[in-house]
Amino acid sequence: MDLSLFLVQLLNGVQYGLLLFLIASGLTLVFGVMGILNLAHGSMYMIGAYLVYYFTTVTDSFFLAVVIACAIAMIIGIIIERFLITHLYQRDHLDQVLLTVGLIFIFNAAQGFIWGNDPLGVDVPAILSSSIQLTDIVEYPVYRLFISVVCIAIAVAMYYVINHTKLGMMIRAGESNRDMVEALGVDIRKLFTIVFAVGVTLSALAGIVSAPIVSLVPGMGERVLISCFVVVVIGGMGSIKGAFVAALLVGIVDTFASVLLPGMSSMTIYLLMAMILIFKPQGLYKS
Amino acid sequence: MLKNTSKIRKITVAASIASSFLLSGFAVKAAEKEPIKIGVMLPYSGVYAGLGEAATNGLKQAIREHGNKIAGRPVEFLLSDTEAKPARAPELTSAMTDKDKADFVIGPVHSGVAMGMIKSIRGKDSIMIIPNAGINAATGAFCQPNVFRTSFSSWQTAYPMGAEAVNMGYKKVVTMSWNYGFGKESLAAFEESFEAAGGDVVKKIFIPFPKTEFQSYLTEIASIKPDAVFVFFAGGGSVKFVKDYEAMGLKDKIPLIGSGFLTEGTIEAQGEAAEGLLTTLHYADSLDNPKNKTFRSQYQELYGKPADLYAVQGYDAGQLVIQAVEATSGNTADKDALIKAMESAQIDSPRGQFHFSKAHNPIQNIYLRKVENGENVVVKTAASSLDDPARGCKL
Repeated sequence: MDLSLFLVQLLNGVQYGLLLFLIASGLTLVFGVMGILNLAHGSMYMIGAYLVYYFTTVTDSFFLAVVIACAIAMIIGIIIERFLITHLYQRDHLDQVLLTVGLIFIFNAAQGFIWGNDPLGVDVPAILSSSIQLTDIVEYPVYRLFISVVCIAIAVAMYYVINHTKLGMMIRAGESNRDMVEALGVDIRKLFTIVFAVGVTLSALAGIVSAPIVSLVPGMGERVLISCFVVVVIGGMGSIKGAFVAALLVGIVDTFASVLLPGMSSMTIYLLMAMILIFKPQGLYKS
Repeated sequence: MLKNTSKIRKITVAASIASSFLLSGFAVKAAEKEPIKIGVMLPYSGVYAGLGEAATNGLKQAIREHGNKIAGRPVEFLLSDTEAKPARAPELTSAMTDKDKADFVIGPVHSGVAMGMIKSIRGKDSIMIIPNAGINAATGAFCQPNVFRTSFSSWQTAYPMGAEAVNMGYKKVVTMSWNYGFGKESLAAFEESFEAAGGDVVKKIFIPFPKTEFQSYLTEIASIKPDAVFVFFAGGGSVKFVKDYEAMGLKDKIPLIGSGFLTEGTIEAQGEAAEGLLTTLHYADSLDNPKNKTFRSQYQELYGKPADLYAVQGYDAGQLVIQAVEATSGNTADKDALIKAMESAQIDSPRGQFHFSKAHNPIQNIYLRKVENGENVVVKTAASSLDDPARGCKL
């Protein structure tokens, strides 16, 4: 592998890792703050992708569709938290799993009912559809770089909000001691609604920005859910920083393994997870 | 992942006719003959639901065109949802053969389910007709006297492309697919004819199923710089692969060729990226023959959407049943005579005429197709009356 090829592969890995972070960040945020394990997280990724498909065809503008899809995702998040999740705060994780697995079935049925089972695609918006020449034969699609920029922007925004705002302070407090936060007069219910809605919107956003480079198929949400869990477990359940580091690690390892160890590539990220858990049972950064 | 709880629905085509007789005061019980039971084991939920629906539509269209009766007997369909889950196949098949005593069992879509069904149907009185699953072994090492296929073997859909690739001047080719049965069989068949014609497969890339993160592999292909790339992908994976291939700027530099499933039912989602791709398959929507034209317009009229490959294969399964039962004058009790009739059947399919090999797989034309303006257009017949080698079959 010469240097230019190595660098292109590294770029592939980082770009994949950033996208994994965007998907996983919402899951880990919701778990960290609320202690809720949302298995329907992948479904929101799917719903995001299908919504942007639908609104791109209706409005003829990808960027307008992104805004509408994000808004709808947030509303779905608020509804789910207010009417369903809210009953589960006092229950254990098994009940949460049952509810959120049920939601997966509902979302899948809705997807099949509304959009059918044929694979669908979204066109890359014209303004981002060009490519950059990297080596004599490889071009890199600008849209993939755009996705990376979006992911980095989200990561920076999350870092800022969590560490430098009042909302972030409440989130951090909620992570470490929920009862105390409530005792100090913070409306924890409202905080939970916000966090949950933001969490699912992040997942939907990941589906939205990847829609032009993936194919929209039934079951696409379950597939990302597994990679997403690997990232969250490696990073430490509930740690945003951990999710960021783990996502990049998984992205890079997966990319190089698929080229260098093709026979083993499907298991490398799980091996990585197992190795890390042996030495750090709580993940890289426990929250 | 959705579970269809109503596992078996019985639909008696004759029921409406019978009830109208009853209403008008006729006694019908003596006049009505015993129905022919056609078990249908296809996926009606999950990823392959669309394929199962199309095959069922095609099947029903064939029976309907024949007047809903075969040799004077009405037809009863027993629909069973396989959910494309191999683990459930033996149980569902046994229910069809032992409990419902189906004369024919038509299914499945998925090759894993096919293997489960074949094991359970061995030695039974029901005759199985596969309207899709392409695994070579179904009419190869595991072939059975009472198992027929109206679709294709994986080998058939990829083999002709090997020689075509050499004709187009490609010497060094990289092949790529998911690491599972259909993909491996397709790549092996391509390689067989490509290397026999003097080509060289410089690298085979198998990626875990159903992974669709292709960037690292495409980067690797770019560094190898082969004359062309042959792939097997289907469904959502083929949409993503074709789009990624173009986005990496490879399409104009390294031609992409493939088994026809690369551009089957996916062109609309692939858009511009699919234009110009060459693939081989036993059918194309645009195939120019009178049978295909009437079939497609009838289908559109009945179901309000365009027919596809899976509808054709289901339709031909229906035609096969009709021919065999008519040839034996409606006597479905004599299975050996039925099988004999099926073996000598000539099917006037929308894909062109075909008949069956000793192993019960279609001997059929394979077409070279090119995507033009969002449609698979037939360039030429890549192989006429191609017979699957049926390796390991003792029939």
